[in-house]
Amino acid sequence: MSLSTPDWLEGPYRTAVERSRERQPRFESSSGAEIGAIYGPEALADWSYHEKLGYPGEYPFTRGVQSTMYRGRLWTMRQYAGFGDADESNRRYKFLLEQGQTGLSVAFDLPTQIGYDSDDPRAEGEVGKVGVAIASLADMEVLTAGLPLEKVTTSMTINATGSILLAMYVAAAKKQGADLAKVGGTIQHDVLKEYIARGTYIFPPRPSLRLITDVFAWCRDELPEWNTISISGYHMREAGCTAAQELAFTFANAIEYCDAALATGLKFDDIAGRLSFFWACHSNFLEEVAKFRASRRMWAKIAKERYGATSARSQMLRFHTQTGGATLTAQQPLNNLLRTGFQAMSAVLGGTQSLHTNSYDEALALPTEAAVELALRTQQIIGYETGVADVIDPLAGSYYIEALTDRVEDEANQYLARIEDMGGGLACIEQGYQQREIQESAFRLQRMAETRERIVVGVNQFQTGSVVVPEMLRVEAAVARNQVERLQALRASRDGAAVDAALARIRAAARGTDNMVPLLIEAVEAYATIGEICNVLRDEWGEYQEVLTI
Amino acid sequence: MTTEQRTIRVLIAKPGLDGHDRGAKVVARALRDAGMEVIYTGIRQTPEMIAEAALQEDVQVVGLSILSGAHLELFPRVIAELKQRGVDDVLLFCGGIIPEADVPAIQAMGFAGVFGPGTDTGVIIEFVREHAKERA
Amino acid sequence: MTTLDDPIRGAQAEWEERVLAKVLQRFPERRAEFRTSSAEARRFYTPADTAGKDYLRDVGFPGEYPFTRGVQPTMYRGRLWTMRQYAGFGTAQESNQRFRQLLADGQTGLSAAFDLPTQIGYDSDHRMARGEVGQVGVAIDTLADMETLFEGIPLHKISTSMTINAPAAILVAMYMVVAEKQGHPVSVITGTAQNDVLKEYVARGTYIFPPRPSVRLAADLITYCAREAPRFNSISVSGYHIRDAGSTAAQEIAFAFANAIAYLGECERRGAQIDEIAPRVSWIFNTHNYFFEEVAKYRALRRMWARLMREQFGAKQTDSWMFRTHTQTGGSTLTAQQPLNNIVRAAIQALAAVTGGVQSLALSCYDEALSLPTEAAQRMALRTQQIIAHETGAADTIDPLGGSWYVEWLTDRLEQEARAIMDRVEDIGGAVAAIESGYMQSEIQEAAVTHQREVETKQRIIVGVNDYIDDEAQPPILFRPNLAVGEQQVRELAAVKARRDARAVDAALARLRAAARGDDPLMPPILDAVRTYATLGEMCGVLREEWGEYRPPTVV
Repeated sequence: MSLSTPDWLEGPYRTAVERSRERQPRFESSSGAEIGAIYGPEALADWSYHEKLGYPGEYPFTRGVQSTMYRGRLWTMRQYAGFGDADESNRRYKFLLEQGQTGLSVAFDLPTQIGYDSDDPRAEGEVGKVGVAIASLADMEVLTAGLPLEKVTTSMTINATGSILLAMYVAAAKKQGADLAKVGGTIQHDVLKEYIARGTYIFPPRPSLRLITDVFAWCRDELPEWNTISISGYHMREAGCTAAQELAFTFANAIEYCDAALATGLKFDDIAGRLSFFWACHSNFLEEVAKFRASRRMWAKIAKERYGATSARSQMLRFHTQTGGATLTAQQPLNNLLRTGFQAMSAVLGGTQSLHTNSYDEALALPTEAAVELALRTQQIIGYETGVADVIDPLAGSYYIEALTDRVEDEANQYLARIEDMGGGLACIEQGYQQREIQESAFRLQRMAETRERIVVGVNQFQTGSVVVPEMLRVEAAVARNQVERLQALRASRDGAAVDAALARIRAAARGTDNMVPLLIEAVEAYATIGEICNVLRDEWGEYQEVLTI
Repeated sequence: MTTEQRTIRVLIAKPGLDGHDRGAKVVARALRDAGMEVIYTGIRQTPEMIAEAALQEDVQVVGLSILSGAHLELFPRVIAELKQRGVDDVLLFCGGIIPEADVPAIQAMGFAGVFGPGTDTGVIIEFVREHAKERA
Repeated sequence: MTTLDDPIRGAQAEWEERVLAKVLQRFPERRAEFRTSSAEARRFYTPADTAGKDYLRDVGFPGEYPFTRGVQPTMYRGRLWTMRQYAGFGTAQESNQRFRQLLADGQTGLSAAFDLPTQIGYDSDHRMARGEVGQVGVAIDTLADMETLFEGIPLHKISTSMTINAPAAILVAMYMVVAEKQGHPVSVITGTAQNDVLKEYVARGTYIFPPRPSVRLAADLITYCAREAPRFNSISVSGYHIRDAGSTAAQEIAFAFANAIAYLGECERRGAQIDEIAPRVSWIFNTHNYFFEEVAKYRALRRMWARLMREQFGAKQTDSWMFRTHTQTGGSTLTAQQPLNNIVRAAIQALAAVTGGVQSLALSCYDEALSLPTEAAQRMALRTQQIIAHETGAADTIDPLGGSWYVEWLTDRLEQEARAIMDRVEDIGGAVAAIESGYMQSEIQEAAVTHQREVETKQRIIVGVNDYIDDEAQPPILFRPNLAVGEQQVRELAAVKARRDARAVDAALARLRAAARGDDPLMPPILDAVRTYATLGEMCGVLREEWGEYRPPTVV
């Protein structure tokens, strides 16, 4: 009998491998690190329980941010939705709430995300395509009609124009008579990652950071339940980076935001409690669990050691998760149901606060209602039937999970150190560093699939079988026409002088240092459009030029 | 038929507002590694900008990538702009999230290849080599 | 590990008082008590919960006693588990086509389901068979049907698992003769016959004879195969059906092991050595929804069996200690409502089975709660396994959850619970006595009733059934075998009977009768009878006359 893992590896294991080779010459994590045949107690040698894990709800929060976790309340099941016009999206939200969803998540069309009105020539063909078109407060009013904004929390995937959409949401809530102290939700508002991966930037980094810190400051005083930013690894992961890079690049961006806030005189404890994070969950089942655990431990240390955070609230990393869109395949679309299901399990085992499960038909087109419902059912089955939500951090102590958690943390810390050496997250973006790293990883993944080192079921193996083309959702061209007509009618009916005055005040503020948020609210209440506001800011601040890397 | 084998020049472009450039960049990189000269435009290109780049860079091949669903609106405009500049002999291909049902319409516009998610880059390289030759 | 315990226990108590008590006061938990099927689920686990555990003694290394971490040293890094979907319906010809399709799709082994008349030993033309022929599986009356079923499928290469119990010895004999006719000696065939009749009395109901002669017949097949077809698993002891009838995970382990002990005891009584027969015992277990309990169950099963074989039965060979199992995901966890939800359930169960280290796996298909599985659903089940194998990384390191305090604690707990139930069965006088007295049946029923009550009071949510219900009726996904199958099968049976040598049949059946009356091995006369194209019903008829039929005790 073997007495230790090295004995076993050198003895029985080696003999077995020599007799009959393993399936692959090497097994790897997403970052290419080797995965061992077995992990044993030596993984926990020199390992201190209290230093590495502690208790749920306590520093360093490895085991979770609440002391009862899902035994108290399940995660928020939040499906990203929105398409066509505001009215159609509003109906979808009501449907999802009826189906048992517990929070809303709004997707916006590209013109809204990049600050063009629906009738701008650059918006042609894009209106209502990947999300809902919101050109003015009038659209926001339709979008939120009948939804009790004091009760539902809304997560808005909006970045460059995040402050404007927040202003519209606040204005709509005020019109409903809601108490702003009770209005909760999230705006993504993480512009730095847009330069790296997602591409919906407008302005250069400095003024973009200013809008972000303005939102931090305003929400601290006026909208205390609002998560002011959702610092996102998701899109970088989708663009092809590894799990460790996802953490490192995201924390590098987070550090930029916090530093920018401190530079304006805010205190870390003032803003930290409203920071939230957004991770992807890809297919490597246990590596993803380890990533989520490592992310909490890393951020707790950054908050405590770098920023001297004192309250638990400022040290804890709370996050939303979305399953990996890039892992879905157009081939054999029902297979995506499985990928999403496993990824959702990982996210829950990793202790996510909220979760979006992708619909199986997303690699083909916008998700259909039936597919969205099934994605939600997946979360409910995990929550109610599998028992995985009944024990906190159930994988803790697994030699493999603890070793992986340590390793993901180490790898991510190495990237962070390199970024620090190069002058920080923003400087690296301007040099194209993260962009290049991500492309390298994406290219490596693609090559591995093409050489079949990495098998993607239904794509490079097991391709047989009849093709079931699910029903697909299309956005009617009429949506765009109606949206444009409504917008033009609005321009004709509003008080033009009030709009002009509000825009002039925005222009003045853009030149100075006053907090922009109150002025944005004033402008949207006068029904100034998103394009009008952004054009003023473009005039003053210029536009960002992409750093091209292949 | 030309006897001289000139290097294939390819323009990879992302029309519209969509910023998901992973696929475009992976394809650009694969074509470059296969020995072609690749010009990548970056994101958010208008049809005018793409046609102008195709003309200026004197490419034989134009590949468009779009994931936002605006392909049926944007592709014809790219083609119109190309024609307006007298660029009517380039090999056109595209990729992204394109429903099966739209493929015939896109082929009718003049796209010789439509490559959905999961396509092997080797297939695209082969396709470009095969078809670009005819136009060299 | 032990050095960590005390400080953790102390600190945890302090944390519970300082932090948790206040939180619970303001925000009570979702339930007063959380449980898996067999154990409580504590809030969380720390090293203190596995104190006293000795890694080398209780966990060890893959491929080494007590095999908690797996039976092979490389596990799925070497070879993936066998992906085996249960299939078979209608006539032998139709099933043969489905088999060939599955092999073309990348499946690596076959699994045959038989119709109820075959399972209960009636020919297709028996009045009890009316309406049942070819309905839940393929109809096999004679060797001729078995020849058709495996036409073009090389039996020396493909392994076949046969879900057959009371008449297992007869069906295996047919399979052996087909292999011989294909030109392959019986010594090379691989595969499995369920041959576990005891659980039929407990849960599944396809018994024929009373328990004691049934155990004898099973033991004869096991002993015969151990000597003549050493690569064939002559028994697959089933926890599956016990679990699907409503038992807990601990009962599933305990009753299956108790039954196995009864078979092995009978084999030993009939002259077999434990090291001759133990390596050929295989298993089928069920995987239900509680993810971690299922992972822990497979770990506990391996450790318990190793200890049982080595310490109690005195087995000397490593092969005798190894617990290798097939798994089917839980048919009874599937819902007729919102059937696509079943894809998710089966997938999570399959992931648990793989994480637990099983040797072969079948998923219940998402449309099974509505009808026999469609081909699309079968393929989906296979794709699920392929995605787990190739995309999730779960097969890349061995026993990935080993060390998790929760999983280790649950593994220990299941072992204790199952051990206690096995002791109780032992006290009653062993599995046969426990079945004859109705003990196993009533225990399972108790657990099933508890479960049902929890569902009805919504203590237990089943998505789409007692919560998150959809108004609109689901489109039925229906697959029905043709009812004309019965008539066709009857015609073919008549043709076989017309062309065989009736005198040879009679003589073979007479030899079978003589063996059944005495204590001689039964396999040789069965094989002889099969070769004459004696029917399954004829052979079972002889045995029914000699041994009688089983009448169940009524348990309420």
